[in-house]
Amino acid sequence: MNLKQKIKSKFLRDIPIPAQYSLSITVLFGIALLGSWLNPAIGYRGVALFMLLAVSILAVVFDILPVLLAAVLSALTWNYFFIPPIYEFNFENKEDMFLFVMYFFIAMVNAALSLKVKDRNRKLREKEEKEKAIAFYNTILNSLSHELRTPIATIIGSIDAINDQNRILTSNQKSELKHEISKAALRLDQHVENLLGLSRLESGMVKLNLDWIDINELIHRVLQKYTQPEPSQSITFLPGEKLPLFRLDAVLIEQVIFNLLQNAVLYTPEGTEITICTKYENEYCRISFKDNGPGFPESSIKFAFDKFYRIGTYNARGTGLGLSIVKGFTEVHNGKVTLSNIIEGGACFVIEIPAETSFIVNLKDG
Amino acid sequence: MDKLEVLIIDDEPQIRKLLSIVLESDGYKVWTAQTGLEGISVAASRKPDIILLDLGLPDKSGIEVLKELRQWYVQPILIISVQNREGDIIGALDLGADDYITKPFRTGELLARTRASQRRISKDKGKSILVSGPITIDLEARTVLCNGLNLKLTATEYHLLTLFVINEGKVLTHLYLLKEVWGDAYQSETQYLRVFVGQLRRKIEKNPNRPQHILTESGIGYRFVSETAL
Repeated sequence: MNLKQKIKSKFLRDIPIPAQYSLSITVLFGIALLGSWLNPAIGYRGVALFMLLAVSILAVVFDILPVLLAAVLSALTWNYFFIPPIYEFNFENKEDMFLFVMYFFIAMVNAALSLKVKDRNRKLREKEEKEKAIAFYNTILNSLSHELRTPIATIIGSIDAINDQNRILTSNQKSELKHEISKAALRLDQHVENLLGLSRLESGMVKLNLDWIDINELIHRVLQKYTQPEPSQSITFLPGEKLPLFRLDAVLIEQVIFNLLQNAVLYTPEGTEITICTKYENEYCRISFKDNGPGFPESSIKFAFDKFYRIGTYNARGTGLGLSIVKGFTEVHNGKVTLSNIIEGGACFVIEIPAETSFIVNLKDG
Repeated sequence: MDKLEVLIIDDEPQIRKLLSIVLESDGYKVWTAQTGLEGISVAASRKPDIILLDLGLPDKSGIEVLKELRQWYVQPILIISVQNREGDIIGALDLGADDYITKPFRTGELLARTRASQRRISKDKGKSILVSGPITIDLEARTVLCNGLNLKLTATEYHLLTLFVINEGKVLTHLYLLKEVWGDAYQSETQYLRVFVGQLRRKIEKNPNRPQHILTESGIGYRFVSETAL
């Protein structure tokens, strides 16, 4: 469907039915007035064609019932005001009566035909949408199963290699394989975590469990738990000073921080510097993740937070879930996340959450 | 000394197997049950020293099983739960579970929890001097040593640290700590807790940003550990 059609059908389909009735009647009487002005020039039979045209146009854009109403009304109007004897529902000759009956039927057929066309269009549209949805889910399933299979393949393969009686592995090799198994399992766990997060967001089941949190402590904790895969980047945390406590959902915010960290680590080259900052600004808790990697392709920035979106179609890595969950969990806090490229190179994610704050410092201590 | 006996109540055979192997290799005698009802009856007949209870059972909720067990069973009960169920975990802890562990868990962590809960029960309750890792508390003199050095604590910090040390290795919920230290009226004032835990960390941790002793359990509470487990 092209854009013009889209706008038209959307605009006209959105007119509520009662408005369609009143519009039909208005258009009809407008045409009748115009007809009475044109009558001396084109004759009452010409007026009939004119009115028929109006009904046909209405049939293209409006629902069936308002169009039928317009058809009946226009036939009666034509009869009453234009067919001699005027101001009477009567005919002077059989020719006019025949014309009147024909008019009536043509108007009806018009309405019915346009209904059929519209119906077919709707079905076509539905089919197209369905096919698109199927294609979309196929892509998702393919990428998801690939992301799930990779760690599973690592686990099965490594265990086979360790168990194989005919293969002699050095203890070094064995421990490397075991390390791979452990990493793959953790990776699987993260995927499940993200899928669960997605399903919670989609079902609207996210209930905030707000509690006072020290955002710096939380980030330190995520960093402490985070085990970096090789190749490695350098991660620097610059905690904001004298931050208040914020009332947030600690578990969700942990997931947000973890996903941003994971994203930065997975998609920037070795040796990239990742810097995390926290700040309290204009009643907002502000967390930023900057890196000096290659940054995002400009065209993909606006899609980066879409679920299942990954950069590049071939060989794209990841499930495309991490950042969509960052966005979802930030938004359930009424916050927002933005992504931009830094002029000197690299990407910058900024999370801003409006949060209740507590600056308690002088507590009674007895 | 007799082997300590553990009862595992979990409906998933893989988890039962894994737990059995790990616990047996650590010197425990293991009983298993697949359902809540079976678990309760095995607990009644075998009188295990510790119970590992999965919260997601097929026949009745783990919380129900916990409630029934707690009517007569006084030994430690450890909850096994899936992640993201902080509400269930807090509920179970408030109903008398001793600790929890989430699936997937590291076996080292599981054994540490099991041992810690066992240690707590065998601890001499009448002692007036508590020693835990670098911390030594003299309850009579109300003095605290950290790595042999005298530690100056405010009354609230002292109260909090004592609770942590007495319950070494066990997770303490926000609610429990607030009630114990500040009283019933302060149940929702978790910001007090944050501030005082921060102060305590600055006094006893080598690096307060990477605490080794007072650990945060997100959405649940705090846990004091004496040695860095794992």
